[in-house]
Amino acid sequence: MRRAYWIVGGITLIAVAIVLWTANRPASWTEAEVATLRSLWIGSLPPLPPDPSNAYADDSQAAAFGQALFFDTRFSSNGEVACATCHIPDKMFNDGLPLGQGVGRMTRRTMTIIGTAYSPWLFWDGRKDSQWSQALGPMESPVEHGGTRTQYAHLIDEQYHAQYESVFGELPDFSHRARFPDVAGPVDEPSAHAAWDAMTPADREAVTQVYVNMGKAIAAYERAIVPGPSRFDVYVEALLKNDKEGMQTTLTKDEVAGLRLFIGRAQCIKCHNGPLFTNNEFHNTGAPAAEGLPADDGRASGVSKVLEDEFNCLSQWSDAGENDCAELRFVTSTGEQLEGAFKPPTLRNVAESAPYMHAGQYTTLAKVLGHYNHPPHAPLGHSELEPLGLTANELAQLEAFLRALSGVLIVPPELLVSPH
Amino acid sequence: MKKQTVTVIITTVITVIVVLAAIIFLMPVIGPRYLHPLMMGNQPAPTSLDMSSAHLSDNGLFRVSWTSDPSSPPLNQIHTWTIHVETTDGQPVETAEISVNGGMPQHGHGLPTSPQVTQNLGNGDYLVEGMKFQMLGWWEVRFNITADGQSDTITFNLTLE
Repeated sequence: MRRAYWIVGGITLIAVAIVLWTANRPASWTEAEVATLRSLWIGSLPPLPPDPSNAYADDSQAAAFGQALFFDTRFSSNGEVACATCHIPDKMFNDGLPLGQGVGRMTRRTMTIIGTAYSPWLFWDGRKDSQWSQALGPMESPVEHGGTRTQYAHLIDEQYHAQYESVFGELPDFSHRARFPDVAGPVDEPSAHAAWDAMTPADREAVTQVYVNMGKAIAAYERAIVPGPSRFDVYVEALLKNDKEGMQTTLTKDEVAGLRLFIGRAQCIKCHNGPLFTNNEFHNTGAPAAEGLPADDGRASGVSKVLEDEFNCLSQWSDAGENDCAELRFVTSTGEQLEGAFKPPTLRNVAESAPYMHAGQYTTLAKVLGHYNHPPHAPLGHSELEPLGLTANELAQLEAFLRALSGVLIVPPELLVSPH
Repeated sequence: MKKQTVTVIITTVITVIVVLAAIIFLMPVIGPRYLHPLMMGNQPAPTSLDMSSAHLSDNGLFRVSWTSDPSSPPLNQIHTWTIHVETTDGQPVETAEISVNGGMPQHGHGLPTSPQVTQNLGNGDYLVEGMKFQMLGWWEVRFNITADGQSDTITFNLTLE
């Protein structure tokens, strides 16, 4: 019997050793996984796509002018709100608030502008289809900048006359105040709207042309704001060079385990794909309605808005030909899948982008991951999520990985501060 | 029973128990690498799918093929397809009315866009504009084809990796 104990003991030891060895050996990736990791790598981000709807998109003078506008609080009803009020460069062009705060409070969270040059749709509901038309939305929103386009035309005339003309040519003469009221535009506020309606069509066009050019200049500036590499990108670079040591020193075991979950069982990559970690389309993930706000139908309303938008790709103000507007021409405009669907935000710098979801419903990444692990019923439409069945340890690994997606912006530092 | 046999049986049983227990307890550490695909939530496309880009329509009326520009359908990028329709004896069908839809059967959603045939290129070729796939995985693209008063459907499968 003595021998039997030796045999049992030996085999037990060997079994334990084998299991420990397989559990602890360094992660290896299959060829398909390497291809997936490469697709998420910042090196796979193509050069900036052209914006045919904006003839000034790549004009450096327009970009400098746009940067001045981006930081100028005079372009608001109370003189205190600029684009940079909510899109704060030091906060990754977010504001850290659950709901955006301009001259009033918005019903959704501020989205970053980093990398938006790559997105066919802007805002959580995609109600705009270019960076320049996006920039114009908040300017006349009663809760954001709160101003009107004649007010802005006068400001350009008074403050930026030469700079405007050096980019866009001669400014119309807006000095006749009866023809060009101080406050007039197609906005919610009735007296400003009435003043706008009282203007001649030609005068309205002259003002709108200046307004559109403001948007195009701001877009030319925003195009340059693209993400920088994160530790994840350094890891993939090491992987592609087969540099095992570089891989091991860049991401911890937990972060690598989180990455494996991200592209595998947790299915994050279904929507957060490509080098910007977003497919820029629209998905219902059943995020609960924000406290005190009605359920938000998201893309369902957003698609009607973009189709009717006076500044969309097919509008007279766009520089694009019909063939450049495929996204808009072939957009899906009806169907249940649009109900309560929102654009997945980029996950680059997600650790610096709290709170989360379209109205800041969750304050921490852990809460967001809890939502995906045990998806609730959608307040509107049908959630696309299925329970993931991840353990607490796995959720912690996923969070660790998400925190490895932060990276400083590599844009010239002068672009990140007010030029004033 | 011989004493030796008893020893072998006991040894085997204990080994199996130890290995199983270790795997169960270490599951969260090991991760999904050694799990059966069925347990991974991320179901692969059924292996019996016809992934060909040219085959007969459902009722055998037309032989249809597709090509994409770029040649592999890209992720998150709107692009065009050309589909070619011919009769079973190889004659191009020049006057077909074609509609397009599709989606991801495993996710219960359709295409993100509403593609359309915008041009009859002649010789049985038709330009499909507005194709887009926004997720990796198995997609179906269906065409409804009507020509000379006869209609048929055809479904193509493709996997974006």
